[in-house]
Amino acid sequence: MVNPSTYHQTLPATKETILAILEQVPDPEVPVLSIIDLGIVRDVSLSDDGVEVFVTPTYSGCPATDAINLDIRLKLIEQGFNKVKITQRLSPAWTTDWMSEAGRQKLKEYGIAPPPKLSGANEVECPQCHSSNTKLLSQFGSTACKALYQCNDCKEPFDHFKCH
Amino acid sequence: MSKLIDYTLHLADTALIISHRNSEWCAHGPILEQDIAITNLSLDQLGQARNFYQYAATLINQDNSSTVSEDSLAYLRGEREFKNLLLTELSNGDWAQTVLRQFFFSVYQYLLYEKLQHSNDEQLSAIAAKALKEITYHIKWSGEWVIRLGDGTAESNHRIQKAIEFLWEYTGEFFIAADYELIDVAQLKEPWLKKVKEIFEEATLELPYPVYMHTGGKQSVHTENLGFILAEMQTLQRTYPGLEW
Repeated sequence: MVNPSTYHQTLPATKETILAILEQVPDPEVPVLSIIDLGIVRDVSLSDDGVEVFVTPTYSGCPATDAINLDIRLKLIEQGFNKVKITQRLSPAWTTDWMSEAGRQKLKEYGIAPPPKLSGANEVECPQCHSSNTKLLSQFGSTACKALYQCNDCKEPFDHFKCH
Repeated sequence: MSKLIDYTLHLADTALIISHRNSEWCAHGPILEQDIAITNLSLDQLGQARNFYQYAATLINQDNSSTVSEDSLAYLRGEREFKNLLLTELSNGDWAQTVLRQFFFSVYQYLLYEKLQHSNDEQLSAIAAKALKEITYHIKWSGEWVIRLGDGTAESNHRIQKAIEFLWEYTGEFFIAADYELIDVAQLKEPWLKKVKEIFEEATLELPYPVYMHTGGKQSVHTENLGFILAEMQTLQRTYPGLEW
């Protein structure tokens, strides 16, 4: 049982509560995705010392990492969880397989082709016309996690969240 | 402990300096997509450098209760303290020289981190395992450029040939171990040559004859280039110590 004086929140101090709050923290570069959708929150623990959130970066140099850590802290403080520790966990390395189904769906609706599963077919479907007749323009896109594609049917260029 | 610190700094410095060189292309790339590509590489390498510097700082602070940070290690050490590979500090030259340097380095970095991910040191192993996924893209991208230039026009072939002549003598250092290295780098030479040969064949390029190989980067004895890089990179922290924005 967690010492109640550690917290000033009205919500129950449980892992489920924390995860629900973290659902409201968006990825600053792809704001339709929450950090839970993205699969970068690896674990949460509660103790008398406060809440500890274990986060893994997507790419080593992802500049959003610091912003995400700050957002996690702010969102938890807003809900009364004042003592927050964020620990970076590098291993095992993040993979797009950890992205939730809901996350993949949201990406698609946003106009970004979601990553295929590592074990699955590596077809990239156009998020506009759903054709699989697409081509890679550049392995590197507007952020570290995306590649630039174009649809051969509707001609629309689009971002693809790389399988990683 | 001091060996582990030196080794971590060697890995950090190497990643930082090649990242800095690649970042010099920002807004100068030949076309927009390639400008974005090389700055993405630079960002990956900066992230790798940060992970190593953070770890080195933890080790140093534990060791002698000093208070270094990733920033002080990157911005407040001098030329005779940096342990990066010489290849990474060489000037960018033209596009051919930059992509070939990246290709030589990425192939080596991949083989090295492949070993490092099984290291007994948990943190080094975690950083390497993560970076390997990124380096896979770097090899693919730089290798495709080597093929495109080698098997391209007479001019592009001439340019990459010149780049090979210039860069080759800085590749020998990869495989000569410094006393602090945890991985037997001599072992990596054969698979490195194999991969380079494979891409060169597709690019209609030939491996050069054996030449004199420069060494010294791992021991902090550098070419004249490093001083200029550090002067530019560190000027703000040296002029206004502790400045933040």
